[in-house]
Amino acid sequence: MSSETDTTERARPEPIQAVPVRHPGRWVAVAVIGVLVAMFVHLLVTNKAFNWAFMVDEMFRPPIMEGLRGTLALTVLAMVIGVSLGVVVAIMRLSENPILRGVSWAYTWFFRAVPRLVLAILFGNLGILWARIEFGLPFDRQIGALFGVNDFEARLFGFSALEILTGFVAGMLALGLSEAAYMAEIVRAGIQSVDEGQTEAAQALGLSRTQILRRIVLPQAMRVIIPPTGNETIAMLKDTSLVAFVPVSTELFFQLKAVGNRTFQVFPMYVAACLWYLLLTSVLLVGQYYLERHFSKGFGKSAQAKIRLRGITAEAGGSASEAGR
Amino acid sequence: MTQVTTPAGAAGTAGDGVMVRAEQVHKSFGSVEVLKGIDLEVRSGEVCCLLGPSGSGKSTFLRCINHLEKINAGRIRVDGELIGYRERGGKLHEMREKEIATQRRAIGMVFQRFNLFPHMTALQNVAEAPVLSGRERKAAARDRAAALLQRVGLGDKLGNYPGQLSGGQQQRVAIARALAMQPKLMLFDEPTSALDPELVGEVLDVMKDLARDGMTMIVVTHEIGFAREVGDSLIFMDDGVVVESGAPREVIANPRHDRTKAFLAKVL
Ligand SMILES: Nc1ncnc2c1ncn2[C@@H]1O[C@H](COP(=O)(O)OP(=O)(O)OP(=O)(O)O)[C@@H](O)[C@H]1O
Ligand SMILES: [Mg+2]
Repeated sequence: MSSETDTTERARPEPIQAVPVRHPGRWVAVAVIGVLVAMFVHLLVTNKAFNWAFMVDEMFRPPIMEGLRGTLALTVLAMVIGVSLGVVVAIMRLSENPILRGVSWAYTWFFRAVPRLVLAILFGNLGILWARIEFGLPFDRQIGALFGVNDFEARLFGFSALEILTGFVAGMLALGLSEAAYMAEIVRAGIQSVDEGQTEAAQALGLSRTQILRRIVLPQAMRVIIPPTGNETIAMLKDTSLVAFVPVSTELFFQLKAVGNRTFQVFPMYVAACLWYLLLTSVLLVGQYYLERHFSKGFGKSAQAKIRLRGITAEAGGSASEAGR
Repeated sequence: MTQVTTPAGAAGTAGDGVMVRAEQVHKSFGSVEVLKGIDLEVRSGEVCCLLGPSGSGKSTFLRCINHLEKINAGRIRVDGELIGYRERGGKLHEMREKEIATQRRAIGMVFQRFNLFPHMTALQNVAEAPVLSGRERKAAARDRAAALLQRVGLGDKLGNYPGQLSGGQQQRVAIARALAMQPKLMLFDEPTSALDPELVGEVLDVMKDLARDGMTMIVVTHEIGFAREVGDSLIFMDDGVVVESGAPREVIANPRHDRTKAFLAKVL
């Protein structure tokens, strides 16, 4: 009781008004950076090679916009192939069947080993192997020969490889199949991040393997899978420029390059490419931010930070291999 | 209290009233033999308490009963049915995954670390398995899940995620989740070991309640008081063998074996 009255009677101490620590280093840094920025801006404005007016005039023309649409479509389609096939490959990798495991391992090995650019060009030239691609009974001719029938054909449908496997489809397949290999690793890491006890509890309840995967494990793995998938999407957007070499003409970089080559104004169009990719990537980055926030709901700050870190390391791994892509 | 959903007493068992019969169960991990011939019989409606020092193989044995681990030798029968295998023409045939899942549905299991599904609410945790196994429609399963949660004293926490529940509450949800499959047998692996001391009681109360309703239970526990009060039999395991067994009061008061004495001296 007495101590209580003591504390109330005690005078409140003066608020601290100390002299703050000075940071002269900061001002030096600001000065240096200021000079560098000024030099850069000077370059942008005065160097005639940029030809800004020409660039702005050209970069919104219809063929470029068509290329832009192609790039976006390619990104989305390749990612859809990559994610869905990646999930399948990851599940195969974690299966108890050694053959499935082997196939999955070989798939990831091949598509991670071959650079994306090489893969894209290779796919663009697959028409050399087959003139037509047809679906039906495998080895039908050989089987027919076995029974003494010449030219026996059991085919459901087919299409000309030269028409289909060039350009857009080849590029999409090259990017999508390659992406699946990376996504498989991400999905596998996600599945493995889910506590073993979850599967055990579900097994003890008498759920089947597929039910456990679909209802218990994958929803929890999503939290780990989503952030690096965002990074992969951004990387994919940039990698679509590789299919300009397939060649795919309905693609942003191809179109910009074409304008550059035609008008002999190559450099401004490369700058335009930079600006376009900057813009598109920024939009994706914003989307990624909200997606991550949604999927780490209820998991606390540290869990969120951990996920972000995992995303960053995944990206680092991705960009290291990007050099080889 | 809600009605007992399991066949209480000897009704519904394979004639002789034995719910679990283990004969010479052996289990090795690689070259390490963890279970070295376990014999055990649990009658229907009985509560069997399993005691033993860490590493003696209690959890492993429990996991063998619902085939989470494959045994290397011996037989385990639940309600007269061989677990994990079918005997045909004097030969054992491995069961398909589906058949094993069906067997597991009759055996509830409660884990030391709860293992609730963190992305589902308490209600969803309990209602999930009955719906997925095609046993009940969604609405019916939810109603029964709510009743079960009510029964374990969590009628007001239906919408809470596991992360928003205390350890004791989580374990009670886990018990309700196991009961939702209407098992004839419940396995408990140290259900209170991960709990703060003041939360142990609420979980033990739910288990006592179950025992009173005639549920057959095998409980791995260090709670001597629970074993003495609720247990019908007590088994002391050490180093992969059953060292001593009998009526709980008897074994606890007059342990015959030195290893039992040493262990009881430590936990009492
Ligand atoms: N999956 C496994 N692989 C290899 N060894 C294992 C595995 N599971 C258990 N063991 C070993 O089997 C032995 C018995 O383990 P078990 O978990 O059954 O013991 P326990 O009696 O439940 O102990 P505790 O009281 O600590 O839970 C231990 O030595 C353990 O290391
Ligand atoms: Mg254990």
